[in-house]
Amino acid sequence: MTTIVVTGIGATSCLGGNARDTWEALLRRESGIRLLTEEWVETHELPVKFAGRVKVPASEVLERIEIKRLDPSAQLAVIAAREAWADAGAPTDPKERVLVDFATGIGGLNTLLDAWDVLKEKGPRRVLPMTIPMLMPNAAAAAISMDLQTRGGARTCVSACASGTESISNAVDHLRAGIADVVICGGTESVIHPLPIAAFAAMHALSTRNDDPARASRPYDKDRDGFVLGEGAAVLILETKEHAEARGAKIYAEIAGGSVSSDAHHITAPDPEGNGAARAVLDALTDAGVTPADVNYINAHATSTPVGDIAEYTALHKVFGDRIKEIPVSATKSATGHLLGGTGALEAMFTVLSVHEKIAAPTLNLDNQDEAIPLDVVIEPRPLPDSIVAISNSFGFGGHNAVIVVKSI
Amino acid sequence: MAQSKDEVLAGLAALVNDETGVPVESVVFGKSFADDLDIDSISMMTIVVNAEEQFDVKIPDDKVSELKTVDDAVNYIVSAQS
Repeated sequence: MTTIVVTGIGATSCLGGNARDTWEALLRRESGIRLLTEEWVETHELPVKFAGRVKVPASEVLERIEIKRLDPSAQLAVIAAREAWADAGAPTDPKERVLVDFATGIGGLNTLLDAWDVLKEKGPRRVLPMTIPMLMPNAAAAAISMDLQTRGGARTCVSACASGTESISNAVDHLRAGIADVVICGGTESVIHPLPIAAFAAMHALSTRNDDPARASRPYDKDRDGFVLGEGAAVLILETKEHAEARGAKIYAEIAGGSVSSDAHHITAPDPEGNGAARAVLDALTDAGVTPADVNYINAHATSTPVGDIAEYTALHKVFGDRIKEIPVSATKSATGHLLGGTGALEAMFTVLSVHEKIAAPTLNLDNQDEAIPLDVVIEPRPLPDSIVAISNSFGFGGHNAVIVVKSI
Repeated sequence: MAQSKDEVLAGLAALVNDETGVPVESVVFGKSFADDLDIDSISMMTIVVNAEEQFDVKIPDDKVSELKTVDDAVNYIVSAQS
């Protein structure tokens, strides 16, 4: 079977303005979660006053015109894509053979809501003509394609918080199908705005630990009380191993397979039996040509919600049985918050780096592990063996489950 | 409040620069928005929206297509203000 490899990575997150800074801050066990300083936090008396803003604002990286023409979610996508493309050595393939498959959970929400404010306050003649092309959910994929002048298609993958992982699974399929030689995949999200904060808070999905933001995202901890909103983007450059070797590219890891499933259970609640998630894991492993017995590292979805963390554990136990207690598990949202449509991409990048550098990423804030979730959670960075088969899970509202398998080369 | 042609030109140049990055010193009388300054139609529409607000004038949609040069725009704004 065709072997698909990662040859470039890029990211911007609350931990750092690029992939390396993000990764090193994660390994130092830093949290990117901070109190929000925007006036609207108090104006609207929001019940949640913190989030994971990108550490390096896009305005410090992009030209002023790029900032004006792109929604923040697309700005972050372009920053991460440029880094990943350069990291991959800027492949010189015909641009018709380079495909973008890129994820967002929500799209250009800031643009949409800002334009709505203008309409209400100043009337329709003040609504800017760039509003629609900035708010459309495919804007990030289109921006990457235009910025890097790739012409092999710019697809958008939208499946809530599973989007980023699904995009990478899609990329594997595109390369296996031979419809592209290089795929730029990943995801982005930037929705730190009073409306989504109010809306997520209304469903009691967010942590309200306002007095201690850096300790608010605490997957598997008894005192976890919801997820923490993060923003950022991550991009992976994928190609076949044969193609990467032919052009002398460095190889981080193999994306051995991926799969998606849907719960058909509830629009927001995970299936408490974990059936859909377990099926996604099993199908991804089958797709990768490995078995549950081969898996020796997991980057979990682990959002820090009371029911979500248990449901994922239930699914993992279904797949791995009692051996799940022996597999190291990282819950990196404890440091980054939850990037929604970007989260699977960032966690895929962490998993790729874990496999490449043979080190399991740490999990923050696990002071009292929930007894109902007896996992081997990685607290401090921990060495991994030479031969690694890892999975990275993502689950989203709508009952979306997406899993990829990352292997050492 | 009516402004002089030079004042309108300076304000318009700032709007053009803000939207497109074209240097303010390039936005001078005699230049065509599309042919000389390479401003596309969606940028032009944005500049018009912002100009209406900044200069407190109304530029009807059927007028916008007639504003082909910097002179056209400045003259229109000055006459609309007075």
